[in-house]
Amino acid sequence: MSQAGAPSPVGGLLERHERSDLLRLLTCGSVDDGKSTLIGRLLHDSKTLYEDHLASLEADSRRVGSAGGAIDFSLLLDGLKAEREQGITIDVAYRYFSTPRRKFIIADCPGHEQYTRNMVTGASTANLAIVLLDARAGILQQTRRHSFIASLLDIGHIVVAINKMDLCDWSQEVFDRIRREFVEFATRLEVRSIHFIPISALRGDNVVEPSANMPWYRGVPLLDYLETVHIASDRNLIDLRFPVQLAMRQDASFRGFAGTLASGILRPGAEVMVLPSRQRTRIRSVVTWDGEQDEAFPPMAVTVTTTEEIDIGRGDMLVHPRNLPRVGQELDAILVWMSESPLDLQRTYRIKHTTREAHAEVTELRYRFDVNTLHREPAEGLSLNEIGQARIVVSRPLAYDPYRRNRATGSFILIDPVSNGTVAAGMILDRRGDDDQDEADEVSGSARSAQAVARGILRAHPSRVAPAERSERLGQEPATVWLTGLPKSGKSTLAYALERRLFDAGYLAHVLDGENLRLGISDNLGFAALERTENVRRAAHVAKLASGAALITIVALVSPEETGRAAARAIIGAERFLEVHLSAPVEACEARDDEGLYRRARAGEIDRFTGVSAPYEAPRAPALVLPTHEITVDEAVNRLVGLLAARGILRR
Amino acid sequence: MSRYSLSHLGQLEAESIHIIREVVAEFDHPVMLYSVGKDSSVMVRLAQKAFPSGRMPFPLLHVDTGYKFQEMYDFRDRFVAEIGAELDVYRNEEAIAGGANPFDLGTQRCCGLLKTQALLQALRRGNYDAAFGGARRDEEKSRAKERVYSFRDRFGQWDPKNQRPELWSLYNGHHSAGENIRVFPLSNWTELDVWLYIYQEQIPIVPMYYARERDVIVRGEQLIPVERAGTSRLAPDEKVERVMCRFRTLGCIPCTGAVRSEAVTMEQIIEELMVARHSERITRVIDHDRDGSMELKKREGYF
Ligand SMILES: Nc1nc2c(ncn2[C@@H]2O[C@H](COP(=O)(O)OP(=O)(O)O)[C@@H](O)[C@H]2O)c(=O)[nH]1
Repeated sequence: MSQAGAPSPVGGLLERHERSDLLRLLTCGSVDDGKSTLIGRLLHDSKTLYEDHLASLEADSRRVGSAGGAIDFSLLLDGLKAEREQGITIDVAYRYFSTPRRKFIIADCPGHEQYTRNMVTGASTANLAIVLLDARAGILQQTRRHSFIASLLDIGHIVVAINKMDLCDWSQEVFDRIRREFVEFATRLEVRSIHFIPISALRGDNVVEPSANMPWYRGVPLLDYLETVHIASDRNLIDLRFPVQLAMRQDASFRGFAGTLASGILRPGAEVMVLPSRQRTRIRSVVTWDGEQDEAFPPMAVTVTTTEEIDIGRGDMLVHPRNLPRVGQELDAILVWMSESPLDLQRTYRIKHTTREAHAEVTELRYRFDVNTLHREPAEGLSLNEIGQARIVVSRPLAYDPYRRNRATGSFILIDPVSNGTVAAGMILDRRGDDDQDEADEVSGSARSAQAVARGILRAHPSRVAPAERSERLGQEPATVWLTGLPKSGKSTLAYALERRLFDAGYLAHVLDGENLRLGISDNLGFAALERTENVRRAAHVAKLASGAALITIVALVSPEETGRAAARAIIGAERFLEVHLSAPVEACEARDDEGLYRRARAGEIDRFTGVSAPYEAPRAPALVLPTHEITVDEAVNRLVGLLAARGILRR
Repeated sequence: MSRYSLSHLGQLEAESIHIIREVVAEFDHPVMLYSVGKDSSVMVRLAQKAFPSGRMPFPLLHVDTGYKFQEMYDFRDRFVAEIGAELDVYRNEEAIAGGANPFDLGTQRCCGLLKTQALLQALRRGNYDAAFGGARRDEEKSRAKERVYSFRDRFGQWDPKNQRPELWSLYNGHHSAGENIRVFPLSNWTELDVWLYIYQEQIPIVPMYYARERDVIVRGEQLIPVERAGTSRLAPDEKVERVMCRFRTLGCIPCTGAVRSEAVTMEQIIEELMVARHSERITRVIDHDRDGSMELKKREGYF
């Protein structure tokens, strides 16, 4: 907080607060690792503590403190009387402090295993987790469990604060050893970024001020890190998901739908689909008390009006018609059980998912995690604080995404209809994973690698650069423009023309051309059906890798089969996959075939030539159809650029 | 900040609006507790913002002890008329008639009768199943652990050891008849956030928040306003002084202290807060009575 002596004009101050954002963080660690001390230290050293709080803290420290009369920061945090008397932290306590750069909300979570549910509660809204450990003790079971929960709840950033360095002679070896061990262990988790800081919470080293005792540590103190870590990427701006909270009919003329944007960007004029009814309409306006908005993005709370009077109510979801969540009544999910009465597979619970409620039954429990070893074990049930994977059947269709893709549409709670208590937290899994494994394929490597993944041999390492950071830098969202059409329909010409146009406009795009692929990565493949499929699969994976680098990939591939393109869509991700059909008919293509391919195919010189001796299946629902026999290349490129702009892929 | 991010006030506002709308969607008879103070002013503004016409689909409820400052009553009536809200005022008339006052009963018992009991009676009378309150987690230790949706049994009691887990923004409002949920849309706001928002949105507040010269009794760190309390309650060595001061929180006359301040404009109040050395609750006599006093009161049904 500003300690400036000279009064700063409040206008400037407000402006700074306009720019400052919000970081929600979670602190966890084993009991007595010094968590409360650390938070107290953060509040104290960032000058957030009020004098009267400090005075009562000093008084409490003398009376019940465990720091021998010196300030016992833990008393500041353990709010409830029951806890203070028992000397343990039972429930999540929220703390607030701000610096000129950021406002922080700390969810301070209890350490004991019996409070796993409280930690899950705190983790559900956190962007970052500080996992604290005692340098003398190293990595404990609690550390593993907390890190596991943090990764389960998909907290993007983990800071491992190695505390009590003062009791280890400020030793670099100790720090390095713990770091190595942690990294080794964390490869089993799905975490996007892990950062290590050696600290002494008691003495303040590397908490707010850099430590003179550990010159070997070249990083920044904890608070600096918290102030600068990039969190904007935690928001999904791609998939439009607007769960309707309330239909509002304020008077005869105004009928709107209020809600909080879960993800994506909402603009007037956009076509939307209402789920689960699948009716379509357009957004007429986006309204707030402060007037009509040109666009809304998460987590804005807005009211929208539509051009058509269609039936929309609480629990419905507005989405982009070409970027759909799954809609269904069966979910596979990770469940964290939070109630004293164990999961009962015979019972009907209530489920609350986005703004929708339904009846729910847990029909199958696949396995339970041993939260200490991360092993999966078969299980009959779940009791308090246990975590498992289950299948859930619900009484009304839900529109959902995998939790890792979208926290807001991938999470739910289960409610006991008798006690009314919240009994479980659920995170929806991507169902593709498990089910596709069975479809073995002779040529494809995918089945083999899926098995390797399942056996824990192969694992995707998380990147330390978040997708949104890349997009921010390039001014574009990653996408794959998949050009499909008969030979000579103009795919390559158009692909390279589009690449040039995008490049000139400051974007980064590249072409994956069928022929080039076959000269390189696919030079061991022929044209048999399976080999064609494999070629498409490889192209899709290359496009996916490039999309991880935020590039726009233009694929020019005949890809004649619906199934092959569907597989590509699944690999790349539906939301990044734009299928474009070049619809020039055979006659037109043959007429401009300067290489004489069609002629040779008709003469039987080329086997299985699409359009002649092999069928072409036109896409059923392409993002765009380009009649390349009727329009110029320039016009076709214009339309493609228009599509990319409309989808928010070109952001400049 | 990139184009698609909200400032922290924007995020807090959106969260609060989301909460208010959830309650309106899920409860039959919500009510918004209105205490006339700055937090209430902000909460009411958020409720207006939650509905495009600015008309709130629930009434305001003022639990009045009869010991409030005249400026507060004046402001309340003007404000409510201006925004066209429905106001429900409730007093524990029985207790007031029985002479309940903080001087004879002590602040604990007085609050118990005139606030806690009165609130429970008012909620029962109005058949309200959800009551919005303007409490913030940064105010006090036991509040730091309170949920956004705080479940109360039929006696209005809070069970701190057995709170419902509250995940993501999926609030569980399920309850049986007679039970109710207290809802705190400002949970994540701090005192400074509240002031910045009042300034940004130009929200009207009771003039008592601004400094002017007032007659007060100086009692240690506390400045006790003499309005209505008269001079009869002076300790032998105390006298009335004129001091430039303002109020950081508004409560009942005998239990609300002022702080020395020169802040006569909103800007100055915010500047003062930026360098504040004391929390706002220091001016509330009641919290100092006993260790854990807030928690005790809350267990019994207090906000
Ligand atoms: N020497 C030393 N002691 C510490 C440090 N951090 C915390 N402690 C002590 O460790 C004990 C437990 O700390 P506390 O903050 O209550 O742990 P919590 O249970 O994780 O909240 C207390 O006696 C602290 O004073 C540190 O950096 N160095």
